[in-house]
Amino acid sequence: MAKHKTPLLDQLESGPWPSFVSDVKQEAEVRAKNEKDVNYQIPVEVCEDLLGVLELSYTDGETHWKHGGIVGVFGYGGGVIGRYCDQPEMFPGVAHFHTVRVAQPTAKYYTTDFLRQIVDIWDMRGSGLTNMHGSTGDIVFLGTTTPQLEEIFYELTHEADVDLGGSGSNLRTPAACLGMSRCEYACYDAQALCYDMTMEFQDELHRPAFPYKFKFKFDACPNSCVCALARSDFSVVGIWKDEIRIDQEAVAAYVGGEFAPNAGAHSGRDWGKFDIQKEVVDLCPGKCIKYADGKLEINDKECMHCMHCINTMPRALMIGNDRGASILCGAKAPILDGPQLSSLLIPFIKVEEPFTEVKDVVENIWDWWMEEGKNRERLGETMRRMGFQKLLEVTNVKADPRHVQEPRHNPYIFWKADEVDGPWERDVNEYRKRHQR
Amino acid sequence: MAFVSSGYNPDKPMENRISDIGPRDFNEFLPPVIKNNYGKWLYHEILEPGVLVHVAESGDEVYTVRCGTARLMSITLIREMCEVADKHCDGYLRFTTRNNVEFMTDSKDKMIALKDDLLSRKFDGGSYKFPVGGTGAGISNIVHTQGWVHCHTPATDASGTVKVIMDDLFDEFTGHNMPAPVRIAVACCLNMCGACHCSDIAVVGIHRKPPIIDHEYLDNLCEIPLAVASCPTGAVRPSKVEIDGKQFKTVAIKEERCMFCGNCYTMCPSLPLSDKEGDGIALMVGGKVSNRISMPKFSKVVVAFIPNEPPRWPTLTKTIRNIVEVYKADANKYERLGDWAERIGWERFFEKTGIEFTPHLIDDFRDPAYYTWRQSTQFKF
Repeated sequence: MAKHKTPLLDQLESGPWPSFVSDVKQEAEVRAKNEKDVNYQIPVEVCEDLLGVLELSYTDGETHWKHGGIVGVFGYGGGVIGRYCDQPEMFPGVAHFHTVRVAQPTAKYYTTDFLRQIVDIWDMRGSGLTNMHGSTGDIVFLGTTTPQLEEIFYELTHEADVDLGGSGSNLRTPAACLGMSRCEYACYDAQALCYDMTMEFQDELHRPAFPYKFKFKFDACPNSCVCALARSDFSVVGIWKDEIRIDQEAVAAYVGGEFAPNAGAHSGRDWGKFDIQKEVVDLCPGKCIKYADGKLEINDKECMHCMHCINTMPRALMIGNDRGASILCGAKAPILDGPQLSSLLIPFIKVEEPFTEVKDVVENIWDWWMEEGKNRERLGETMRRMGFQKLLEVTNVKADPRHVQEPRHNPYIFWKADEVDGPWERDVNEYRKRHQR
Repeated sequence: MAFVSSGYNPDKPMENRISDIGPRDFNEFLPPVIKNNYGKWLYHEILEPGVLVHVAESGDEVYTVRCGTARLMSITLIREMCEVADKHCDGYLRFTTRNNVEFMTDSKDKMIALKDDLLSRKFDGGSYKFPVGGTGAGISNIVHTQGWVHCHTPATDASGTVKVIMDDLFDEFTGHNMPAPVRIAVACCLNMCGACHCSDIAVVGIHRKPPIIDHEYLDNLCEIPLAVASCPTGAVRPSKVEIDGKQFKTVAIKEERCMFCGNCYTMCPSLPLSDKEGDGIALMVGGKVSNRISMPKFSKVVVAFIPNEPPRWPTLTKTIRNIVEVYKADANKYERLGDWAERIGWERFFEKTGIEFTPHLIDDFRDPAYYTWRQSTQFKF
């Protein structure tokens, strides 16, 4: 018998999509029975009470979680989010319901041994509820009490050999696409770079020293599966510089209908016979593809690296051999000054171990942003306030037409003294010798 | 429920302390077929919705079955995933950025057995535990935030809205019937933890009433200068009030300047703004992140407000379904929702979808607003 009646939430058990309500109920039942004889360290009815408080929100149309609360583990300024229920008498099981962010393995591959190990810790010391995964990428353990935080951290680090993720004005847990591990489009080893930079900057990840949050995301190609250029302050996107490799026989197989275009992505509808002119040549944003006499030609100098032709004929076209990444900066969600996408800073950088060149860019940006950034100002906002030129200056990057969609619309240029010939400070009396008052 | 120590000694917190070890090295967790062919993949194919094969230079193949999840999941469900992975995949599995779980095998036969097993598993309430899909020109799983389940600032729920939208669009998750991929995201307030501002369809929780000021407590709970500085439109100023003869330092809010972003509440718990009738959803469409064909772009607001209608948000699901159907019928192959709207023109988007264009949809926030107005006689009647 359920502790709370949940007539509204019960309506979310029907329908084909996985029901989180059914799942939380399942966990509530497992905890109530406790067949494994787990020595639960937080209230057994935590899942029941979560459903109860959620049902109340469904009735009230308002949340019932209080504003924050400073909790954490010794020596870290992030990784735990304090959360308290605003109706603790009605729902004592979730009176404290803190989140623990656990650093996920890059690209989220797991062994079942590791997953079992961490969920066993969470079974005994937490709610048994998780997010796989949080928006930034962490494994999110939802709901525990303050006395359990150090215990969980101790067991995670000692038994599972894993650390907490980031929160607050820290470097947030970096995330990457699966890159070279299972994708033929990877222009650099996104997982290796992500892991290396995560380890390099552990101090920045755990101890708040920034004006606000800072995110790294690593996409290995311009398809942008982890959405780096929309979701990270420092976005590294794989790209190639030389020619797209072409297998003319495979092109013919696409034209002849032996291979399904776009790797079979359009299989649900009859879109007619594959038309290479209409579906590839005409859609190329660089207008640099020609198909004549059964031969595909690409004028690579004009290629925009959009991936469309490669995505459409993955067995015939392959990324070039001179590979690396573009670095873009400053993406963020709307708070405060509206949404921003990352802006191109470095068109091409080689990405090779020990990744010193990439790290130098980050450190230069941080030095500037930590000095100039206002409290709770994301990098993208500092860039807007101080100007893109300033970012070029602090990163020692030469201005390039690739940095803009078009040159400026006004001549309000902030000339500096050393850019103009002759003395900058001038004597008014000297001026008046030439011009009467 | 006796307290069980992990070994941590609160009197000596630094004793045996391990810190700054970071995540586990991903190399430990790669399945052998992945490890052996790392960086040496030739091509891939989607054999059917939710099932991919990747072929390596060595001739090795890896078959992947992708399943949607609710993201909010129990450890009992995770243990069940482990059971599936042990049975079919030698104890390996992975998750995707869009909250799917992927099971990989190295042969087609194993993949078929795996898929059948996954589809046979259902929750007591009847929903699938592991629906297979989310690939190609279909609707992939929704990226979302916490909502009423666990957050202090939401204007709507996330898990519930995702459930009802995906129930409604289930056939599009398990199919390849769209002109191009459709990426949906849900953010339960403007903080957009999931940064959904570049999604084909973005569901964003919004507040519409100014903060309530808890005058008697504000000065104890908040730094007034921080609360003042937090307001992007300068609507918050320091103030004093007298209640029952007692003076309180507090803030005043110029209501006509409030855009209901909630940033003051983030800085000051004495300025709550949630409200049953005030809160609801803004629907944004036409964003994308991929660089394919056209450049990445922001989502645009096409419905300024949809009320919260828990538990199943019928107006929301109907509005989204309508947009998806019109797009599906009208767009060209490979054309993302935003590219389609730009090609036909936004005047046609509103005409074809039947969505009413209201003054709320014209931008009036800072400089970028001007660049969205039309400085031309090039338009369609």
